[in-house]
Amino acid sequence: MSESTILYPVSNTSREEFLAKKKRQKQFITGMRLFILIFILGGWEIAARCHLIDDFIFSSPTRILKVMVQMAADKSLFYHIGITIGETLISFILVLILGTFISMLLWWCHSAADILEPYLVVLNSLPKTALAPILIVWLGNNMKTIIVCGVTMAIFSTIINLYTAFIHIDSDKLLLIKTLGGTRKDILRYIVLPASISAIVSNLKVNIGLCLVGVIIGEFLAANAGLGYLIIYGSQVFRLDYVMLSIIILCILAMILYQLLAFVEKRYHAKH
Amino acid sequence: MEPLLDLTDVNYTYQTAEGETPAVKDLSFRVFPNHFLGIIGPSGCGKSTILSLIAGLIQPNSGKIAVSAEIGYMLQKDHLLDWLSIRDNISLGLRIHHKLTPEKEKWSDKMLEEYGLAPFADARPGQLSGGMRQRAALIRTLALSPRMLLLDEPFSALDYQTRLTVSDDIYRILRSQQMSAILVTHDISEAISFCDRIIVLTKRPASVKKTFDIHLTLDKERTPFEARMAPEFKDYFNEIWGELNV
Repeated sequence: MSESTILYPVSNTSREEFLAKKKRQKQFITGMRLFILIFILGGWEIAARCHLIDDFIFSSPTRILKVMVQMAADKSLFYHIGITIGETLISFILVLILGTFISMLLWWCHSAADILEPYLVVLNSLPKTALAPILIVWLGNNMKTIIVCGVTMAIFSTIINLYTAFIHIDSDKLLLIKTLGGTRKDILRYIVLPASISAIVSNLKVNIGLCLVGVIIGEFLAANAGLGYLIIYGSQVFRLDYVMLSIIILCILAMILYQLLAFVEKRYHAKH
Repeated sequence: MEPLLDLTDVNYTYQTAEGETPAVKDLSFRVFPNHFLGIIGPSGCGKSTILSLIAGLIQPNSGKIAVSAEIGYMLQKDHLLDWLSIRDNISLGLRIHHKLTPEKEKWSDKMLEEYGLAPFADARPGQLSGGMRQRAALIRTLALSPRMLLLDEPFSALDYQTRLTVSDDIYRILRSQQMSAILVTHDISEAISFCDRIIVLTKRPASVKKTFDIHLTLDKERTPFEARMAPEFKDYFNEIWGELNV
């Protein structure tokens, strides 16, 4: 008895020490992250003010802020952001639907999958940016081109990933459906699709970023609105404030979209 | 009495890119109503192939398989689907056949109640013990009201104690429903305790090497557990052991 009364406070202290140390470490990391951000922004601003860099071509945080306030006031900022988000989401949803559907067809018809495999591999490894100029010629200087550009960015890897997930499902589970008298359709419905949902969801997280890349490339080439358009327009008329502002917004946008899908994935795994 | 199942000179050969492997050769046997047949053979001798042939999952190269009963097939593992509740798992076969009627749902609930799974009806398979999972898998098979059950080493994934209990449970269920069964196993004791007749197979390609009719003297009602106490049990074991090791 007496031994344990001595032991408890000792172990408690080490526990507290451990927790305090962990907390200090966490605070240090958050602090350093903030410091780097402030250091860059501050350094940038000071360098511009002291004419160490030319703020006409490098812009500066306050200039960016001014442009942002001005564009927010005439609502054009939200218009451009809205266009880019809209195009990204449309191509993202198209990739989800088309990718899942085509992977299902390939699963259904193994020989088609075998025949098409080298073509898919080539299309997947091709830098999709090379396709953008062709898309403009074929589809015209409009939003259709931009959305297709976003789709081509992610669709091939989606098909390959999902098809691989489909064919690697435990073959005993397929046998189960057969022993219960089920057909291929039942295997698809009761085994393949439900078993692949986690693969589909984790694929979404990658796709949202890829679609955004595709949409921005599309906007570079064929647009009169959107953040990609704003970057190209700004660089052409030497309004680097536009360019920098768009890039910063894109950083934030990409992070929000990714976190959103990471949240969806987490919710899905918590439920299952 | 008409047999439920009649195999005559069945042959089956697996074809692969590397070559062909004869798995079943001139195999003949019958299964009668209310009869439990055990199939024992050296590992890899083609026991599971025989069940696949009977279930119609693969077609024999030659010979005849006459089946005159609905067949239920229980695999080695329970294969309950993680993304469905226990209730949905056991009605999987019914849904595949579009036979999920309110009466069948009531029957499922009764079965869950009877085999101690009612509190877990809405649980996921992961929350159940090995024995409970196997019982759920059995109910899933029985839901399609088969007259004959194919059991492919259904207890081999369970620990020894659970194995004895589940074996007793399944035996009672099958007897009470007046079903026939084919039990494929490599466990001699399990086969003797469970079956009315045992056929010992040769090495691959499988054919019948010897048939044993099991007659046990018991003062209580027969269950697989009680059967192990019978005086003849040891003798059957030694004889079958001898056949397997010649």
